[in-house]
Amino acid sequence: MTEKTPVLRLEGIVKTFPGVRALDGVSLTLLPGEVHALMGENGAGKSTLMKVLGGIYQPDEGQIIVDEQPVVMSGPLEAKAKGIVFIHQELSLATELSVAENIYLGELPRKRFGLVDWAQLEANTNKILKKLNVGFNAKTRVGSLSIANQQMVEIARALTVDAKAVIFDEPTASLTDAEKVVLFEVIADLQSQGVGIAYISHRMEEIFKITDRISVLRDGQYQGTVNTAETDEEGVTQMMIGRKLDLSRNESHHELGEVAIEVRGLSCGNLYEDVSFEVRRGEVVGFYGLVGAGRTEIAETLFGLRNPSAGTILMDGEEVTIQSPADAIARGISLVPEDRKGQGLVLGMNCRDNMTLPQVGDLTAGPFVSDGAEVAIFDQYRDKLDIRTPGWRQTVGNLSGGNQQKIVIGKWLSMHPNVLIVDEPTRGIDVGSKSEIHNLIRELAAQGYAVIVVSSEMPEVLHVSDRIVAMYMGRIIRTFTSEEVTEDNLIQAISGIGGGKAA
Amino acid sequence: MKSDNMSNLIKNGAIWGFIVLELIFFQIAGEFWSLSERAFMDLDNMLLLLKQSAPIGIIAVGMTVIMINGNIDLSVGAIYALCAIVMLDSMSWPFMESLGDWAIPLAWLFALLTGAVLGLINGIIVWKTGVDAFIVTLGSMLGYRGLVFMYNGENPTYHLNWTMVDIAEWDIFGVETPALVFLVVALIVWFVMTRTVHGRNAYAVGNNREAAVNAAIRVGPHMLINFVLIGFLAALSAVTFYSGSGSVNPNDGMLFELWAITAVVLGGTKLIGGAGSIVGTFGGVIAIQLLRKGLGHIGADTATVNLVIGLILIAVLFLDRQLNVKGKEELKV
Ligand SMILES: Nc1ncnc2c1ncn2[C@@H]1O[C@H](COP(=O)(O)OP(=O)(O)OP(=O)(O)O)[C@@H](O)[C@H]1O
Ligand SMILES: [Mg+2]
Repeated sequence: MTEKTPVLRLEGIVKTFPGVRALDGVSLTLLPGEVHALMGENGAGKSTLMKVLGGIYQPDEGQIIVDEQPVVMSGPLEAKAKGIVFIHQELSLATELSVAENIYLGELPRKRFGLVDWAQLEANTNKILKKLNVGFNAKTRVGSLSIANQQMVEIARALTVDAKAVIFDEPTASLTDAEKVVLFEVIADLQSQGVGIAYISHRMEEIFKITDRISVLRDGQYQGTVNTAETDEEGVTQMMIGRKLDLSRNESHHELGEVAIEVRGLSCGNLYEDVSFEVRRGEVVGFYGLVGAGRTEIAETLFGLRNPSAGTILMDGEEVTIQSPADAIARGISLVPEDRKGQGLVLGMNCRDNMTLPQVGDLTAGPFVSDGAEVAIFDQYRDKLDIRTPGWRQTVGNLSGGNQQKIVIGKWLSMHPNVLIVDEPTRGIDVGSKSEIHNLIRELAAQGYAVIVVSSEMPEVLHVSDRIVAMYMGRIIRTFTSEEVTEDNLIQAISGIGGGKAA
Repeated sequence: MKSDNMSNLIKNGAIWGFIVLELIFFQIAGEFWSLSERAFMDLDNMLLLLKQSAPIGIIAVGMTVIMINGNIDLSVGAIYALCAIVMLDSMSWPFMESLGDWAIPLAWLFALLTGAVLGLINGIIVWKTGVDAFIVTLGSMLGYRGLVFMYNGENPTYHLNWTMVDIAEWDIFGVETPALVFLVVALIVWFVMTRTVHGRNAYAVGNNREAAVNAAIRVGPHMLINFVLIGFLAALSAVTFYSGSGSVNPNDGMLFELWAITAVVLGGTKLIGGAGSIVGTFGGVIAIQLLRKGLGHIGADTATVNLVIGLILIAVLFLDRQLNVKGKEELKV
């Protein structure tokens, strides 16, 4: 491998933003046909490095070398022309347009007079979609797709041109297991064609499954590169955060209190049917299943975002109707949503205001919003969740993806809800903060909150839950206690196989 | 996705349903209240309506493109007036007079060029400064209108040329030149928006600008082209109208931008950009003109007409919102 000429090299890249030194002399070499993992905590500078490479940011210092030629990446156009394809961390799609138009955005096939060659566009797109094995076609409107499928559209872009290098920035953050398998096949395919692949992810299993080498960043500084075969999770974690982590399963149980919320025979159209469960104070209940199993929809119903078509919701033994999020908040229900950009954050607002948004009404000093109280809340949760930002004045849109997620979580925690629902709480969050958030969830339960965790990550549900509800196609297949559950019977339950006693 | 198609159908069909409703209403109401003997829905009346809707209609077509882009252009009314002055005034320049009737196409050309250049100025400022199009065109609206007044003070500019009037009033099967120009413009721009790369990019830019930038679409030049287009169309609108009338007041074209925007919004184009259609705008233009004419037919005055159009606009936006909430599904916060 060593004698191959690298497809591209980065040398001594420095990039600063006001108040942040996001990259501090980072070097990186990408060889043809390798999958090169880039790892680091939230805010370490991974996305920034890739944006420098993709021409979206200009580096303050340092050089980009493609095919042994130093180049200046003046913009995405130039990067594309040099054969560098960039799959973004945040979805970069025009939701009103069709799948085909999005995949070929900026390079629609043309006929004479600038006319779009629709026939060719559709043929090309369907060829790619077939390879990706997805359930939609070229003409589907992107806005009508689930987030996972939108991510697949984004990934399809890697296959439109003869790329030299493809950068995947957390492509699997919202994919289901089935789609992940397809993605890995696509990557293997590209790899065998000699394409160099840069792969960013916080998921260790993936990193060890598909990558050849791992480079680590910490606080914008390059920590080194290792061969994947010669290291293990612990070693990489050590490089990333400089300490070890406790990754054991949840053993401790705390005292359970009264039933805080109970659901009886709840249905919502064909999204989910006849769902019954209860959550006690002091308990963490995990909802596990494939994407599309109806878990998020249940959470949204409890938060008043959807109207159930049948069934009842009881809080503290009393039947309630939750018409709107305002209702839910008034009854002490909080939801940390799955789609942080769409539902959880006002990207143009600063960190503090985002965090205190649902409670500004209460934080008043006379007729004014009390600044001091707001800052105090922000400081508390910044420390608790280890949010990396130069200060509360920073616009949330400028934070790294993982740190944005932490702001959303902080926002709802600071409300001190009775029932906390978290939907995919650690999507895009680094290993260190992940275990912080898990501990925090356990801690909240210990303080008497009822917590519902919706997650597609098996280690996560196993780690945090007292009980696990397994769902398949809108139905609860089985409820496990943490003693009963094993990886095997859980997988069987969520694939609809066997299932044993119904809940 | 079925319901998606369904609500799309309702949304796209709504404007036409509304037009049919208007026709029926004015036809019946006209029987009771009409001041004239004529029926409302006769062919001549409808052809006249098409002709009368041309000046705003041609501009509204350009406005659709601008608004799909996520921009807005408030300066079109001023461009319209300025181009009219250029056209009429140039006819009496000495060298033009010596050309006889050959001065006519030249005058048109001057006007159209003026429009394109004024649009170009808007576009360059929006591109190079990154200032919001609303602010930029608010400024140029005032500036261009200032130029209109500098030309001839408060006085009208006029030049009557009978050949020009003949051309403006020429018709095939009763469809007069302005109506014809409106139809052709709508057709061409519709084609551009649905079939060409530029058109599709316009939707992408308005829908998600960051995504368009990431996909290496050159957003600045793209928007520039559209500003040139709307400037050109504002000039074309002036050319078709003033060739026939021969006289322009410095206040002409005021509020045209708002009428055009109203028609575009009625036609279903989103204010935030990314969605909309020329066909919808065409419907919007016709619907407004029908209202004006219909209310006039049953004897309402201009103030009432404006009030009714305003109320209908609000009702339409409200209905659009309701249609976007899908039954039992998600409610956005
Ligand atoms: N446009 C910007 N303006 C100001 N600061 C920025 C901007 N973009 C990134 N930063 C800062 O640069 C640092 C690196 O961010 P980056 O997005 O590269 O992190 P990351 O490693 O991708 O993290 P994550 O795993 O959370 O996605 C962060 O501290 C972030 O706040
Ligand atoms: Mg990132």
